[in-house]
Parts: sequence; structure tokens; C-alpha cells
Amino acid sequence: MTTTHTERGSRHAPRRIGDRLFRGVATSAGGLILVTLAGVAIFLTYEGFPAFTASRSQIPGGQGLASYIGPLVFGTILAATLALVISTPLSVGVALFISHYAPRRLAWLLGYLVDLLAAVPSVVYGLWGIFLLSPKMVPIYAWLQAHLGFLPFFTGPASVTGRTILTAGIVLAIMILPISTSLCREVFLQTPRLHEEAALALGATRWESIRLAVFPYARSGIVSAAMLGLGRALGETMAVAMVLSVSNVVTFNLISSVNPNTIAANIALSFPDSSGIAVNVLIATGLVLFVITFVVNFIARALVGSKGSSGAVT
Amino acid sequence: MTHRLTKGRGPDDLAIQALEEQLRRPRLHRLVTPGIGLGAVLVALVLYLGLGNGLALSIIFGWLVFAVVLYVASRLVEGSRKSTDRLATIMVSTAFVVALLPLASLLWEVFSNGVPVISSTFLTASMRNVLGSGGGVYHAIWGTILVTGMAAVLSVPVGLLTAIYLVEYGDGTMAKAITFLVDVMTGIPSIVAGLFAYALFAIFFGAGVRMGFAGSVALSVLMIPLVVRSAEEMLKLVPRDLREASYALGVPKWRTITKVVLPTAVAGIVTGVTIAIARVIGETAPLLIICGFTDSTNFNVFNGRIMTLPVYIYEEFKNPGFPPQFSTDRAWGAALVLTVIIMVLSLAARTVSRLFAPKTKA
Repeated sequence: MTTTHTERGSRHAPRRIGDRLFRGVATSAGGLILVTLAGVAIFLTYEGFPAFTASRSQIPGGQGLASYIGPLVFGTILAATLALVISTPLSVGVALFISHYAPRRLAWLLGYLVDLLAAVPSVVYGLWGIFLLSPKMVPIYAWLQAHLGFLPFFTGPASVTGRTILTAGIVLAIMILPISTSLCREVFLQTPRLHEEAALALGATRWESIRLAVFPYARSGIVSAAMLGLGRALGETMAVAMVLSVSNVVTFNLISSVNPNTIAANIALSFPDSSGIAVNVLIATGLVLFVITFVVNFIARALVGSKGSSGAVT
Repeated sequence: MTHRLTKGRGPDDLAIQALEEQLRRPRLHRLVTPGIGLGAVLVALVLYLGLGNGLALSIIFGWLVFAVVLYVASRLVEGSRKSTDRLATIMVSTAFVVALLPLASLLWEVFSNGVPVISSTFLTASMRNVLGSGGGVYHAIWGTILVTGMAAVLSVPVGLLTAIYLVEYGDGTMAKAITFLVDVMTGIPSIVAGLFAYALFAIFFGAGVRMGFAGSVALSVLMIPLVVRSAEEMLKLVPRDLREASYALGVPKWRTITKVVLPTAVAGIVTGVTIAIARVIGETAPLLIICGFTDSTNFNVFNGRIMTLPVYIYEEFKNPGFPPQFSTDRAWGAALVLTVIIMVLSLAARTVSRLFAPKTKA
């Protein structure tokens, strides 16, 4: 029915001048999206290009482009990974709570509260992270160093300000929680209700029904939710720029005052005072960030797209 | 169909319940859980008041006592399956509380630190010639309104038309590509959008360009995908019958879209646009890069630096005067103003969608 209709509609539509015009305008708006996305890549490459051809000494740090970007990429991935490790179990838990545990009537309100987390601007998270969270983390870091200091992550010396990469990771985790939660929730609500009912009818407890009927179906959805959160965490700027005390190094030490910087935070911190080739270098790092997040988001969306095929045995 | 055994009320259900009682394993008495909870609260109170431990530590310890005791009791009485179920319930509920704690803490901090700062001076003065105390967010509020407003002017037509293309015209590879790339576009880091605007405008206006309009372009890159997504959802909700009735009357397709489809979906579209504005109004990174910062009010988005609220917060924090307390206060005050603006926008969006809900019933 539908196909016949569209075919008929599209055969008749171009006859009228208004139809043709409107169709053209709508199509070009869609095309503009493609152009914009291509434009982001093209203009960043164009303005970042001088950085690739510049001599080693012209790059900030005087060691060449690779050794400038390297630690930044490391810091970006480290902070985002920390955020992911913290937020993924939490967001699965929160999504489960809203979709399967909370009373039906409360569910929308709880969902709204989580969405509210997403609406708070990152700069406010930054204020909260620096003035409230960081001081609160200081005794915890001291404790971690004293008791878990044998692990490479907690060798210390523990930061006295609390402005560490772990604090930044926690703030990032809070910021990406809403997006991965809402996606997980969506996936959990889409699992076949009958499978769960069947599990319950066979005497499974609520947790068993979730484990047997919900998780297998939702696995790829959870992975893609985590990936989307990762993409968000990689590009988050202000919270990291405000919370982290940085010194462009490569270290797995999470609680000391010597921390690697992230690409996004480095741009925000350096750009206002930069000129000349330094600006091109920053744009080149932005291009690297764009490529990383693009790949991560691409994979995440591709996983969402193939949601039906993987997962549960039907 | 969805009859639940445990929730029955009729006489048959009572009989089933009686049968169930015989088949069931022993269960914890229904007073056990509140009892353990009470005990855990007492433990926490003793730790906090009696032994002088920190509040957070006492609460965490009390919660641990509750979880462990309940799990062990359930394991002994009800067996491992039931106790695992209880443990899962505890974990899931804990995850929810842990996730909401930062939100509560953050909102409390913003309001308790921000409210004392708000005054008529704070809202009507710029930072021009201000050293130490005084000054306000007047210039930043105007900057935010102008830059975000301009971003909305750019994004809404493009986003809406793209949604119309996707729903009404799009079939084939281009529509699929656009749908996919819009999804990917929502993941562009905001700072990259800012760099893009800088790279674009630096070609025409030379290196070091700072301009409000370029900030609007950067925000549009972030806002367009949000508008497309929400408008697309809303247009899809418009019943097919309405379109077909219109075609049957001989109305051209474009008139059908503008006169039938769009008015039906307008409430949802307005809601989506408002939420998108609320999302981008708090963006800091792109505006820091391309709009720069200034102490004066600038009403011209096409010329020179323009201050916005998020950048104002960042600048007051980053480059405080002496003593820094005045700047920190102003940062919290501005954070309160910004948060209230965003909340009002979200609330307005919800009200619009409720008041003008699409009349789907014929």
C-alpha cells in the first residue's frame, strides 16, 4: 500500500512548480548537513595543515608534532576510559532501576531527573568539580596511596588539591551518565516482554528473568550506549580544563598532581592566548580529536543499526 | 495475558495464593527487611554521633551493614537464588541513588552559593571598569541571548527542512546517509565545532578572528542534529490518513506539508527546538574559542568579541581578580542564572508539549 502511494505521489509531484521548489529546498537542506560535516573535516585539515609541515622547533614544546600530540591523545583516552569504567555499570543499574524496578508511575519522573543531569552545562560541572568534589577526594586519595600504593595507579604522591585525572574521570562519568542511561533504558524497554513473562512463569526470580531474557537481547545496545558515552567523554572540554592540574606527561598514576592533559582541555586552555603557528597546531589536535570521536561514534551507531541481528536467540 | 500471579485480588487468585504458599520455599518475614534497615540506621548513627566519624563514611558503612546482613539472612533462609535476587535489587537501587547524589549536590551548591550573589546590580551591570567587588552579568546575558538566538535562526530552518526531507521525500541512499550522519554529528565534540567556526571565519576575516556570529555557526553545528532528530520523530507521528485525505482533495504535496502536516506537529517541534536551545545555551568551549571574552556589552554579533554566560563563568573562575572571592561569587551567581534559564526552557518545553498536544484523534 505504502509503496504504491509514494510511487504515485512522486510521479505526480514534480509537475507543479511549488512542489518542485519545495522538494528542492528540503533536499538541499539535507544536503547542507552532508556539506557541513564534510566542511568540518576540510576546514580543520586546511587550517591545521601548516602544523604538519612546520619544523620541529616551531611546535610548542620544541619536540615536534608527534611528541606534542602523543601525551594529549594518551590523556584523552585515559580520562575517557576512567569515565567509561565508572559510568557504564552505573548507567546499566540506573536504566534497570527505571525500566524494571521502579514503580511504573514514578518511572517518567525518574527519567526526567536523569535527563536533568544532561541539561546542566559542563562549565557548572567544572565549578562543582573544582570547589566541591576535588577537596572531598583528597582524603580518599591519601587512603588509596597508603593502602593500595603497590598498584601502579595509586603510587602517588597523593595530590593535596584533589585535582587529578581520577577526579576529572569521575566528573566526566557523571556527565556521560544521562546519555548512556537513556540509551540503555530504551534497549531494556524494547526486549520482548513475553520472554520475561515466560521466565517469571517458570519460577525465575526477577534478577534471573533479567539475566536470562533482558541482558542477552540488550548486550549490543549496552555496548553501543557505552561507546556513545565514550565519544561524549573524549570531547568533553570545560570540566576537564577546570578540574585537572596538568603537565603534559604520560603516566598511569591516577592520584598524583602530575597529570596528562586531554586534547579538548588543552585547546580550551591554550587557544585564547595562542597566535601564529600555535593556533594551527591546536587546530591539528582538534582534527585528531574529531577523527577519534568520529570513529567511536561511527562504530557505536553501526552497532545500534545491527541491533536486531546480534544478541538473543530468537 | 499479562496476569501476574502475585498481584491477584479475586477469590480465584486467593486460592492460587494459598496453593503457592504450600509450594514456596520459606521466605523472610516481611518485617525482617525494615528491621535490618533500622539496625543499619542505628549503626550509622552510632558511628556518626557516638564515635565521631564523617557523615558520608557512616552512611556508607550503614548501607554496607544493611546489604551484607540482608544478603546473609536471605541466603540462610531462602536459598542462593532468592538471595542473589535481593542482592541485585540492592545493587540496582544503589546505582540509582549514587547517580542522583551528584545532581542533588550540584543543584544545592549552585543555589546556595548563587542566591546571595543575585541582586539588581548583578543583573544590570556589566564588568566594565570593575575591580574587586561589584559588576555583573548584564553583558553576558545579552551575549548569550544574541548568540544563541542567532544559532536558532540558523538551525531551525535547516533542521526542520532536513526532517521534512527525511520523512516526506527521502528514500534511497541519500536519506540513509543523512540519517546516519546526523546521528554521528550529534557526537561531534563542542570544541571541534568551535575550531571549525574559527577555521571557516579565519579564511575570510584573517587569523585571530573573534565574532558572535561565528559562535552562532559553531552552536548551529551542534544544534542542527538535535532539531532534525526531534522534528523527524514528530513528523513521523502525524497520521498517514491526514496526508492522504489532503491528497484526495487534490491539494499539492507541498501545501499538504505546510498546511496539514506541520500544523499538526507544531507543538512537538516547538518542544524539540526549545530543548535543543536549552542544550546549546550552556556550551562553553566553542564560544570561548570563537567569541572570546570582554568586559563590555556588545550588541553587534557581526563585530568583535562578545561575552556569553558560560564563558563568563569560566573567565571569572580562571582569571580571578584580587581577592579571588569576588570573582568566585560572580561565577556562582552566573551559574545560577544560567541554570535557571535552562530549567525554565526545559519546563516551558514540557508545558508547550502538554498544552498543544497534537490532536491525533479524529
